[in-house]
Amino acid sequence: MEDIITLDFGSGGKKTSQLIEEVIVPAFSNDTLNSLMDGAILNGYKKIAFSTDSFVISPYFFPGGDIGKLAVCGTVNDILMCGAIPKYLSLSFILEEGFKIEDLKVIVNSIKEMADVCNVKIVTGDTKVVEKGKGDGIYINTSGIGFIEVESYGKDKIEDGDVVIVTGSVGDHGIAVMSARNNFFVDSSIKSDCMPLINLANIIFKYGDKVKIMRDPTRGGLATTLNEFVEGTSFSIELFEDKIPIRKEVLAACEVLGIDPLYSANEGKIVLIVAKDIAQALLSDIKNLPEGKEAAIIGNVTSSYKGVVVLKTGIGGSRILNKLTGAQLPRIC
Amino acid sequence: MQLKFNDYKSISDIVEFIKNYSKKNIKIMEICGTHTMSIAKSGIRSILPNNVKLISGPGCPVCVTAITRIDEILSLVQNKDIIITTFGDMLKVPGSVDRMSLSTLKSMGAKVEIVYSAMDALTIAEKNPDYEVVFLGIGFETTAPGTAIAIKEAKAKNIKNFSVFSLHKFVEPALRALLNSDDFDVDAFICPGHVSAILGIKGFEFLAKEYKKPSVITGFEPEDIIVAIYKIIMQFEKNFAIIENEYLRVVTYEGNKIAQDVMNEVFEPVDDIWRGIGLIPKSGMGIRGYYSEYDAVKKFNIKLDYQEKTTVCKCGEVIKGMLQPNECPLFAKVCSPENPVGPCMVSSEGACAAYYKYLRI
Repeated sequence: MEDIITLDFGSGGKKTSQLIEEVIVPAFSNDTLNSLMDGAILNGYKKIAFSTDSFVISPYFFPGGDIGKLAVCGTVNDILMCGAIPKYLSLSFILEEGFKIEDLKVIVNSIKEMADVCNVKIVTGDTKVVEKGKGDGIYINTSGIGFIEVESYGKDKIEDGDVVIVTGSVGDHGIAVMSARNNFFVDSSIKSDCMPLINLANIIFKYGDKVKIMRDPTRGGLATTLNEFVEGTSFSIELFEDKIPIRKEVLAACEVLGIDPLYSANEGKIVLIVAKDIAQALLSDIKNLPEGKEAAIIGNVTSSYKGVVVLKTGIGGSRILNKLTGAQLPRIC
Repeated sequence: MQLKFNDYKSISDIVEFIKNYSKKNIKIMEICGTHTMSIAKSGIRSILPNNVKLISGPGCPVCVTAITRIDEILSLVQNKDIIITTFGDMLKVPGSVDRMSLSTLKSMGAKVEIVYSAMDALTIAEKNPDYEVVFLGIGFETTAPGTAIAIKEAKAKNIKNFSVFSLHKFVEPALRALLNSDDFDVDAFICPGHVSAILGIKGFEFLAKEYKKPSVITGFEPEDIIVAIYKIIMQFEKNFAIIENEYLRVVTYEGNKIAQDVMNEVFEPVDDIWRGIGLIPKSGMGIRGYYSEYDAVKKFNIKLDYQEKTTVCKCGEVIKGMLQPNECPLFAKVCSPENPVGPCMVSSEGACAAYYKYLRI
């Protein structure tokens, strides 16, 4: 096989089969996928979660991961946030003519590793090739199905006195990608936090309806997600600036780049609102996981204002923390 | 004499003092856009008593750029042989016609590149010998030395396809213009840390010496600004006006001599127009004759207009500190960061953007 993607690989003919059979299918081999039908026939379940996501990140290799890892984590995490255990994924590539097979293999391997970690099967997929100049190397779409574990999440469950928890430092992914793209801070230790949230979610699921709502704060960052939680409700979130975990190097990079870490994307964190009586117990369970070491209680729900997030700043001032307006940075996922 | 604050043990004590200060009415102008942002972001206004007001001044370089200059840039970028290189803040500033901006023209095919320094623009010129690369030189004494170095470098390397549209400005003439106007109503100044790093304390001495305005040079952390406000209040309490330097870790009396020299070697004071203020003699930085081949105004025969066009938005009043951003009738209604009418809503240092992004509770 050639070393680079040519338009023939997208023809639907022999070359397409060769690419699928030699590069993609062996990595995810399972009975459903191996049948290479147009779609997957799966064992049913009474209630399922279904999610899809497309990945166009530039650069497709970045500190802490690559587009393949992101493509699995992104969809798996979305399903987890629905209160479901992810089971099956579809995987579609849009490749640009000239893309290196070698790079594709690295990406496919990342996908395999992540699928194994998350215990999900890649059961159907598609590959298209576009002419040189019509894409940016590689785009991936994944869709996924999960079985519902906890059904009660929703912002209608939020009550006065609830507590806001974040499972780790915020802003890492957005800053890592921006740094990689512009060759800023090449020697820095800033890495994307891209990872599957399955272990964290499994702990959170155990607390059933004591957890009111949770989400992974990706594009738009922590600030935007918290706003979505209380928008249209009669509650506000009071957030304590000095309690929010942010890595020093991320903070420094944000300063230089003029970016607010509270709006910078995360790909491996959960922010959740929980009942006060279980907050400490849940927090210490989360902290027992390696990915939850830096978890913290960062705020609480009050009825002082309606539908807004109020940030208590380090010097004792307060202001409204808005949703992200405009794009902080395009193509980070 | 330098006021110290060691009779107060911590910032929280100072915050308490300011919260409870009720003796005098004091209007303080912060001249720097980065201060404006920091004040809004850290919620400093929420801890001020009603008698102490912070007013944003003409410290955002993008905001003070006259709309006629924006129009001149927009007509320059229509030239297919030109790549415009600029700091990102300029991209969305609308000209006087149909909210057209560099950003909208770029999406229609104009060649506009965002750079982080003038040297990056020079690199783009070297890589694109078939194009004329024009750098939009914007900013006060902080960014002008960087532009000057790029121009010197271009001359040293004999790069012919690079030029600068200088919109650089001096801070002092604008402050004097404001202070000399009858309706200017500000009692004290928080002086810009970055500009002071270049000009030194001596660059802002005139505020206290000639105009008797208590002034404090300070850094950009919320604590820096809190201390500056405290020191200004102390000056009022003790009835004197001096320039104080809280930003000791960066600012010296003389400033950065090397930066001053390179700036003065390449630029000379020329008359310039400021949005909201109008024509201010010797307030702009024109490129000196020795470097005229790098002056985009001469190279492309740009006819500089010195008449201010009227605009629907009140950015001019906001820049002069006569209106708070939320007092503009367009604020957050037709004018927002996504769809800005005036530059104060575009720039990350603009007062309107700061008000919009970091709303007061």
